[in-house]
Amino acid sequence: MFQAVLFYFFAAALFAAALGVILSRNPVHAALFLVLAFFQSAVLWLLAEAEFLAIVLVLVYVGAVMVLFLFVVMMLDVDVERVRGGLTRYAPFGLLVAALMVIELVQVIWFRGRTDAGLGGFQPTPDGYSNTKALGAILYTEHVYAFEIAAVILLLAMVAAITLTMRKRPGLKVQNIAEQVAVKAKDRVRIVKMETEKRQ
Amino acid sequence: MNLTDLLPAAPEMTLLGLICVVLLADLFVEDEKRVITFWLTIAALFITGTSLVLTAQETRTVLFDGSYVSDPLSHVLKLTAVGVVAIGFMYARDYLHQNKLFKGEYYVLGLFGLLGTMVMISANSMLTMYLGLETLSLSLFALVAFDRNSATAAESAMKFFVLGAIASGALLYGISWIYGITGSLQFHEISEAIRTNPEINAVPLWFGLAFVIVGIGFKFGAVPFHMWLPDVYQGARSPVTLYIATAPKLAALALTLRILVDGFSGLHEVWQGMIMVLAVLSLVIGNVVAIAQTNIKRMLGYSAIGHVGFILLAVFCGTGQGYAAALFYTLTYVVMAAGSFGMVILLSRQGFEAELLSDFKGLNARSPWFAFMMLFFMFGLAGVPPWVGFFAKLNVISAVLDAGFPGLAVLMVLAAVVGAFYYIRVVWLMYFESAEERAILQAKVDTRFILSLNGLAVLAIGLMPGWLLSLCMRVLG
Repeated sequence: MFQAVLFYFFAAALFAAALGVILSRNPVHAALFLVLAFFQSAVLWLLAEAEFLAIVLVLVYVGAVMVLFLFVVMMLDVDVERVRGGLTRYAPFGLLVAALMVIELVQVIWFRGRTDAGLGGFQPTPDGYSNTKALGAILYTEHVYAFEIAAVILLLAMVAAITLTMRKRPGLKVQNIAEQVAVKAKDRVRIVKMETEKRQ
Repeated sequence: MNLTDLLPAAPEMTLLGLICVVLLADLFVEDEKRVITFWLTIAALFITGTSLVLTAQETRTVLFDGSYVSDPLSHVLKLTAVGVVAIGFMYARDYLHQNKLFKGEYYVLGLFGLLGTMVMISANSMLTMYLGLETLSLSLFALVAFDRNSATAAESAMKFFVLGAIASGALLYGISWIYGITGSLQFHEISEAIRTNPEINAVPLWFGLAFVIVGIGFKFGAVPFHMWLPDVYQGARSPVTLYIATAPKLAALALTLRILVDGFSGLHEVWQGMIMVLAVLSLVIGNVVAIAQTNIKRMLGYSAIGHVGFILLAVFCGTGQGYAAALFYTLTYVVMAAGSFGMVILLSRQGFEAELLSDFKGLNARSPWFAFMMLFFMFGLAGVPPWVGFFAKLNVISAVLDAGFPGLAVLMVLAAVVGAFYYIRVVWLMYFESAEERAILQAKVDTRFILSLNGLAVLAIGLMPGWLLSLCMRVLG
């Protein structure tokens, strides 16, 4: 019962966060909402005792991808006034998101500490069952084909990104090491003979 | 499990290995010798094609715990895909040289797209299908934006990317519903689940299926999900347009047949209506709007939408005859589309894109032979006998008639007549208008030779359609 209540609470928060991503006008808010949405899904996974997936989601998406995303959003923001006010301006909103995350984590941990929670919700896993091990076993046996194709997609994304960004264009500032090494003093320094000033 | 058990998947593995070879070799090739990459790519395609022929089996084999299927249908589609990609690369060589776009990445991305196509063709689960689709789509986005100095290319790539992402989202959403209801991602298990539990054949499953069909519509470019297609056809450089017009169509057919036939044949009455709406709208809007175009790439884009209407109507029948007609239509359409865009590439030269209909004026005076070839492609696409398009259309119409839909058959005939107008207008411009310019065609001998073979193939298959038709029937029998 309690688990079901938790589930619906987290699911509702996830839904609200997802709506926030598409409805907020401010891109920074949208990105923060996306962080919240990822976090909600991670908590749901934690509730289902899929710890590995939950932690990977937080580490990879919240920790790395979304932070990068926020950097890009803030760098692309053309409204200078807004960017300047960045830290203090978004602080209340960020704190709200962070507080919600902390509350949820506490709830989950507190709940998992209780032993008498067999009412409703996800089925408990048997003793000695390792979620991570099961995931690893299935990833490299049953889903090995899909796994390999996913790897190919990453390689392709890399090739595509380099193709689209690395090019020679006028005005591009690149370092020419050979030229730097071969440079002579007379190319860079001009010695001008001047008459010495007369002492006055 | 022995290593030899994986033999049916050898073509994909071979291709992936060769892509890596081309990718690495291209790093060490100097710009003046970039043609080495080209020949390596052609060799890679040749080896992949050979491995396809060597590993072809008559039986249906399922591998990798049900994620991969190898059957005669997959061999036919894959071999055609390898062939048209090779032809497209051959046509593109001179064009890329003249426009200073001759880079190894074009070939690597093209090969990756082919790999995605092959993965889709052999997919036996929603997961593999989706991954193949993403491989194909990602390489197409990058190929469209390949010419970084062109603003229209960047714009159409952006449009393609955003709409493609939405389509992938819709497809994934539909897949999640289907997975939730049937409990499996594999097509044969989905079909089994529907057969054993008839009570799941209800609104929630139809809801998921509708989203999957939206995804199919996007990938095929069927109305009302066609918005990206004309812009991308026009905005991309001609060799890329050729690529988009050929191999992905085979992948889209595989997507449709695998999901709707392998997975959801039990729900035929449900998807039939949805497919019919897509097909009828595509037939009407594709063919009518194509008349108003002055840009030949855009015109061929709208004509592709019209052809998709034919293919979808053949699938709509839900009979073996219909599926065979869809396969026949797609295979022959791809050959004709490759030739038509090959002609656009042939007429282009440095800094000049022969993309307007008026650029074809008086082609007969400039090059009688290639005007004749363009006539082959246009008559083929229009469905004039004895060129192959006629038999493709005839098969679809007779399959629809046999399934008991005379009204749709009449609509198809009318659409074909409307379509014939704008194809024959090109022929009229070539033969009965005087040329505005007299530049000599600059293509090399091998390009000319293959383009001629392509044109003659459109006529030859049209004169002897029997073997291809019986092949299609056997493959889908």
